[in-house]
Amino acid sequence: MNNNNVLLPLFIAMPLGAAFLIVLIGRLREAISDLVAVVITALLVVGSLAVAGLEPQVYHMGGWEPPFGINLVLDPLSTLLLIIISVVSFLVCLYSINYMTSYTSKPKYYGLLMLMIAGMNGVVLTGDLFNMYVFLEIGAIASYALVAFGTEHEELEASFKYLVLGSVASSFILFGIALTYSATGTLNLADIASTIGSKGLNPVMIFASALFIGGFGLKAAMVPFHAWLPDAHPSAPAPISAMLSGLLIKALGVYALIRLFYSVIGVGGMYTNILIVLGILSMVVGVILAVGQWDFKRLLAYHSISQMGYVMLGVGIGSPLALLGALFHLLNHSVFKSLLFLCSGAVEHSTGTRQLKQLGGLWSKMPVTGSTCSVASLSISGVPPFNGFWSKLLIIVGAVQAADRFGLWAYILAAITVLVSFLTLVSFVKVQRYVLFGALSEKLQKVREVPAAMCLALIVFAILCLGLGVLCPFVLEQLIEPARDVVLDKAAYISLVLPG
Amino acid sequence: MGPYILCSMILLLGVYAVVAKKNLIKIVIGLLIIEYAVNLMLVLVGYKAGGEAPILTEAGQQTTNFVDPLPQALIVTSIVIGLGLTAMVVALCIRLYEKYGTFDVLLIRRLRG
Amino acid sequence: MKGMSLIVRTITRLLAGFILVYGAHIVLYGHLTPGGGFAGGVMLACGLILLVLAFGKDGALEIVSENAASAWDCIGALAFWLIAVLGFTGGYFFLNFVGKGEPFNLISAGTLMWSNIAIGIKVWACLFLVFVVLAAFRIRDEG
Repeated sequence: MNNNNVLLPLFIAMPLGAAFLIVLIGRLREAISDLVAVVITALLVVGSLAVAGLEPQVYHMGGWEPPFGINLVLDPLSTLLLIIISVVSFLVCLYSINYMTSYTSKPKYYGLLMLMIAGMNGVVLTGDLFNMYVFLEIGAIASYALVAFGTEHEELEASFKYLVLGSVASSFILFGIALTYSATGTLNLADIASTIGSKGLNPVMIFASALFIGGFGLKAAMVPFHAWLPDAHPSAPAPISAMLSGLLIKALGVYALIRLFYSVIGVGGMYTNILIVLGILSMVVGVILAVGQWDFKRLLAYHSISQMGYVMLGVGIGSPLALLGALFHLLNHSVFKSLLFLCSGAVEHSTGTRQLKQLGGLWSKMPVTGSTCSVASLSISGVPPFNGFWSKLLIIVGAVQAADRFGLWAYILAAITVLVSFLTLVSFVKVQRYVLFGALSEKLQKVREVPAAMCLALIVFAILCLGLGVLCPFVLEQLIEPARDVVLDKAAYISLVLPG
Repeated sequence: MGPYILCSMILLLGVYAVVAKKNLIKIVIGLLIIEYAVNLMLVLVGYKAGGEAPILTEAGQQTTNFVDPLPQALIVTSIVIGLGLTAMVVALCIRLYEKYGTFDVLLIRRLRG
Repeated sequence: MKGMSLIVRTITRLLAGFILVYGAHIVLYGHLTPGGGFAGGVMLACGLILLVLAFGKDGALEIVSENAASAWDCIGALAFWLIAVLGFTGGYFFLNFVGKGEPFNLISAGTLMWSNIAIGIKVWACLFLVFVVLAAFRIRDEG
């Protein structure tokens, strides 16, 4: 195999360098910071598509061989997440050019955004447990600052709550890392995997994995640990809400859980049941609390919890079909949830409010926003031919097929999933009716469509929603199935990093 | 076994402070106590009875009696991360006091539902 | 902030230089003795913060203004990033590409000394800036 492709560390190095460069020279002119941010994220998109076709490989940082050094591991699961991160960040940067003019200090915003992207890329690419923690903290602290970026009352309160809960979770993760190091003697993920494989699981590792479920579960907004999300995601500026809901809870939470529990610790009966229970709870609680919301972004935030429950259910069931559905739903949710948050930001930019009862009849005044919002609502509700339908169908069929392991519970799981889809459809019909249709009140007579860069980002997302749905077999075969095969094959991961 | 139990007790004290206290600054201090307890746990993991500090002072020195230096490098990184987090949360507290006029968590509750 | 009494100001004027030199020593000898970039940077920042406490906010801002501290912050981070990227000349990211030299000399262990200096500059500028910005809120209250 050809290791040490020079592109791999650039995914982390480019956003890190760009962050400090933007803060240093962006104070001269704001347009420079816009330009550098868009160029760097465009280069990241090109880079992630370039590594998409490569075979799995390892990068030895500093020339140190594993298990002594820190390695970057590229396998199809990391490639899938890199593509998602790059594409969504590029479109969010395009959108921020016009949206963030009403906030102060754009260079600092772009600097924090680049740091968040570097943190997420680092978590996805790394093959070392403590390195994963460091990049997790980089991404998380950047996001705490970005949530509070507007420095109004509610944003500061939401950021404080997010910060306290997030850092308690990170401390628990570090505690788990300390226990893992004491049990296995190494920090390299593949080395831990082979040590656990040869020595078996001792009680210290079981306690450490409980701490990991708690810590990473909070980052992924699973239900007992979800209390920060309905406050933090609405209070952030709209492009940051799209990044948080669309990327951060996936890269820092769900990816880390999949990597740790499938490739490192080795998933068994107990862990899969815990993940299934967390998934079902998140789905049901998220959607029930979402239906009654009257704030547009708070409703979308509760739906994020619910959709992440879908992914966790698929990951927990663990059969090849359910895992395929879960990974595809990860991809789809990034696309349509980011689009929904960007639409809500466009509505807020033009009308100045997020409350559903004060909006109405915006379809005639804002055609691009209205049509893309409808596309995203149909996608998240699971209406064919958009992308949400296929991934939800795969998860439901995977749940039904697991009847030989779970008996009657499998059918109950599938029924709950269908019910949650129906409630999602109900809440988005409510959103459509209150935001887009209905009578245009006299306060909203003067709203106009959002500027061109924002429209471009919305349209590209909508095309992606439709394209992923229509080209579903192609996407599944090229992108998702290799990722699923890597997740299920722990021995291949070990032999990739530690040959011989 | 004793030091590990004491370290876990410090962690639980920190969790108590975060959960049960009503003043913003006391919650922040609880966060710091949790972080220090986890750093202490990392030191304890690397400890070896009768070991020396892992510093090379002359060429060709015997290194077999050193305590494990890897957790100590992890702790330096963790302390730096804690510093960044502390600076961020203290700045948030100052701004919250400016906006709401109080440090009481029960009165800073505009977001609900 | 107003600053403190005459005794404190005189002693600080004598001590601040020593604190800064000691902080620089910890940064430079980071690969030989315990310390390194972060610990030395904190001490350098504390030296300047001592000046702020004793002389009032203007005491230290005459030496390093806020914009200059922010610029040094970014320059330190970019210097560290440059050292990592220059490792590509040896083939790997973050490679220790400078000659290693004799053990226990000052100029040895390759890029460790330069990384320590870069991190020392960044931490010093960053902590000084954090303290000045947080202290500025009290100035607004005191009029």
